[in-house]
Amino acid sequence: MRKVAIYGKGGIGKSTTTQNTVAGLAEMGKKVMVVGCDPKADSTRLLLGGLAQRTVLDTLREEGEDVELDDVRKLGYAGVMCTESGGPEPGVGCAGRGIITSINLLEQLGAYAESQALDYVFYDVLGDVVCGGFAMPIREGKAKEIYIVVSGEMMAMYAANNICKGIVKFAEAGGVRLGGLICNSRNVDNEEEMIGAFAAKLGTHMIHFVPRDNVVQRAEINRKTVIDYEPRHGQADQYRQLAGKIDINENMVIPTPLEIEELEKLLIDYGMVA
Amino acid sequence: MGTAADSKKEMLALDGKDPGTVRRKLLEKYPPKIARKRDKQIVVNRIEPDGTVPEIQSNVRTVPGLISQRGCCYAGCKGVVLGPTRDIINITHGPVGCGFYSWLTRRNQTDPEASPDGHNFMPYCFTTDMQEEQIIFGGEKKLRQAIQEAFDNFAPKAIAVFSTCPVGLIGDDVHAVCRDMKEKLGINVFGFSCEGYKGVSQSAGHHIANNGIFTHVIGTDDTVRAGEFKINLLGEYNIGGDAFEIERIFDACGLTLVSTFSGNSSIDQFANAHTADLNLIMCHRSINYVAEMMEKKFGLPWIKINFIGAQATAKSLRKIAQYFDDPKLTERVEAVIAAELPTVEMAAAQVRPRTEGKKVMLFVGGSRAHHYQELFSEMGMRTLSAGYEFAHRDDYEGRRVLPDIKVDADSRNIQELEVLPDADRYRPRIDECRAGELAAQGLQFSEYDGMMTEMVQGSLIIDDISHHETERMIAMFKPDLFCAGIKEKYVIQKHGIPLKQLHSYDYGGPYAGFKGAINFYEDIDRMVSSRIWGYLKAPWQKNPELTAKYAFE
Repeated sequence: MRKVAIYGKGGIGKSTTTQNTVAGLAEMGKKVMVVGCDPKADSTRLLLGGLAQRTVLDTLREEGEDVELDDVRKLGYAGVMCTESGGPEPGVGCAGRGIITSINLLEQLGAYAESQALDYVFYDVLGDVVCGGFAMPIREGKAKEIYIVVSGEMMAMYAANNICKGIVKFAEAGGVRLGGLICNSRNVDNEEEMIGAFAAKLGTHMIHFVPRDNVVQRAEINRKTVIDYEPRHGQADQYRQLAGKIDINENMVIPTPLEIEELEKLLIDYGMVA
Repeated sequence: MGTAADSKKEMLALDGKDPGTVRRKLLEKYPPKIARKRDKQIVVNRIEPDGTVPEIQSNVRTVPGLISQRGCCYAGCKGVVLGPTRDIINITHGPVGCGFYSWLTRRNQTDPEASPDGHNFMPYCFTTDMQEEQIIFGGEKKLRQAIQEAFDNFAPKAIAVFSTCPVGLIGDDVHAVCRDMKEKLGINVFGFSCEGYKGVSQSAGHHIANNGIFTHVIGTDDTVRAGEFKINLLGEYNIGGDAFEIERIFDACGLTLVSTFSGNSSIDQFANAHTADLNLIMCHRSINYVAEMMEKKFGLPWIKINFIGAQATAKSLRKIAQYFDDPKLTERVEAVIAAELPTVEMAAAQVRPRTEGKKVMLFVGGSRAHHYQELFSEMGMRTLSAGYEFAHRDDYEGRRVLPDIKVDADSRNIQELEVLPDADRYRPRIDECRAGELAAQGLQFSEYDGMMTEMVQGSLIIDDISHHETERMIAMFKPDLFCAGIKEKYVIQKHGIPLKQLHSYDYGGPYAGFKGAINFYEDIDRMVSSRIWGYLKAPWQKNPELTAKYAFE
């Protein structure tokens, strides 16, 4: 079983990219579980056709100790298993602690057990790694490989670089590795070249460049992944390619994060010159 | 200073040992950086002719890894300052341990019959018992429910909420909940952001408690109670019944005690504390903030007094009489002293043959290490070394150093209230001219000279003593008695030295006032005269059948 975590700046398209990629893997016949690690609990909406999921934490709160796996796990598109950690409303309590509790509970319930015969677990994690709770998926080997969703915008790259710092910290203790950058294009000038160069500086590779296409929006409004909504669209093929690349990816590294000056230089070299 | 008797005392100060060598031995095992820091917290006492003493670093962070005596901010706020008030329901907002382990551990006593409603919530432990669910989803709802339940079950006049560490981490707004519940229930409900991690010791909690009680309670009732010579007693916590003895003496003298912060106290007394005419400060460290704020807002002056030790008690009573300057009062105070003191002196004379010359060390509190030296000297015992757990430089060196104290980031984190004279109720009790007259007669207002000025030259002052230093001191000096708290008690006693707890008094008390002094003499006599400590070594330790050495020895 491969344990994958997707990180990236808030709003970069982590959940969309994750679900579309997972749909691609499922289409290939892989058995996948998605664990949403965002208090908003919207990481599995496209796979489930809506926000129909009861979160792990809500269930734990309402049912007490007597929770079963099926209470918190739903089958979605092409047999993908979907769970959502859930968490407090904004500005209250500790969402990070919620994720820790939730992942521990899933483990105890045997969600990752061999009997489940999973090929992949995907953790879709909220925004930046703001505290220990959000690092949970990469701590103690809960996730072994990480993909960072990034675009050619400065703050997205800045966030990706910060996440790499987190990976370095946990790499030795937990054995987590960076599998690559996924460029979710924002149509920035020279975006593909710049992210390619950024990836090289981080010691990794850009595993795929996902072009921008409005079909993604249309599919989202219809609560579907592109593969589900318009299977013959070119964008669906982009996600299939990404899924295929992840499936055979063996490029796993401990990243080498950049100094801020170095990052700025990269932006100037690729962004301004063009 | 300068007399033959003084120089003899000075020679005996550290049992004739060279202070430099003693300090070196305390520090030699530390890594250089730690030794540098501790070096500034270990000082040989020297009183200059102008009364100044050496600077001692204090109220700074304990070095991680050193075993400290200190407690946390929550302990200082809830346990020390507000714990002894009987009719406020004190709810600990946090996991159950903080509430449970701070429940009645300080042996504060109270007399519920002194209040008309008979309320006494001190035997109860109130906590929100936060669980993981509250950590994740926030604890405000459960806090609201806890306040409601406390109100429904006990109908108290006031409820106070104390924040523990996790509350600060997850950001529960306890003050907003308290405001809402105050409005809903129609009683006084107020909260304290006294999360344990704040500040460097429990001292931060004292300050936070002072701010809270000043903001939410003091001055909320303007009723002027009957009686002459109205005083407040600040920084007296009725451990083992101390306040009862002090109250007895006040009654005998004809003084009217408006409120005590906070031994044997009721919230009603806090509410009209501002109607008194003089504040008496006992524990300067834990309560000086309230005294200063009351002076600024209401015009009440404060003086430092001490009711630990019979002579100190007599001296303090005379100071009060001097302030009120009423012949009738002065006469009554003198009559009380004349009636009480001979019995105490007789008791001292009885124990003295056994206690004279015995050596004691006190490492405790923020005023206790100073005050109890009075009682020991009345028994002829010598204080070799002393230090506070959580005091600041002014408690060691006197308030004259206040302008020179460097306010570091840790202290800046604790709110300093801005207080202005009350538009209607500010009433200076004495004018500057009269204050000057009294000062000339030796009655100093807003002044505390600190511990060091009253200790023998050459004795050793150690701030925030570590476990390692404690063991070294014991090995070097073999004192006859050690005074500290429960955390130190059994470690010290395993060295064959009795330990008197000065936080909780073990099982004894009261030790304040005249009768308290007698209790103290008797208890200490029993401890230092006991032969039990000689039997601490087992026969096989004294005469082993086999002997061996470790390879590294």
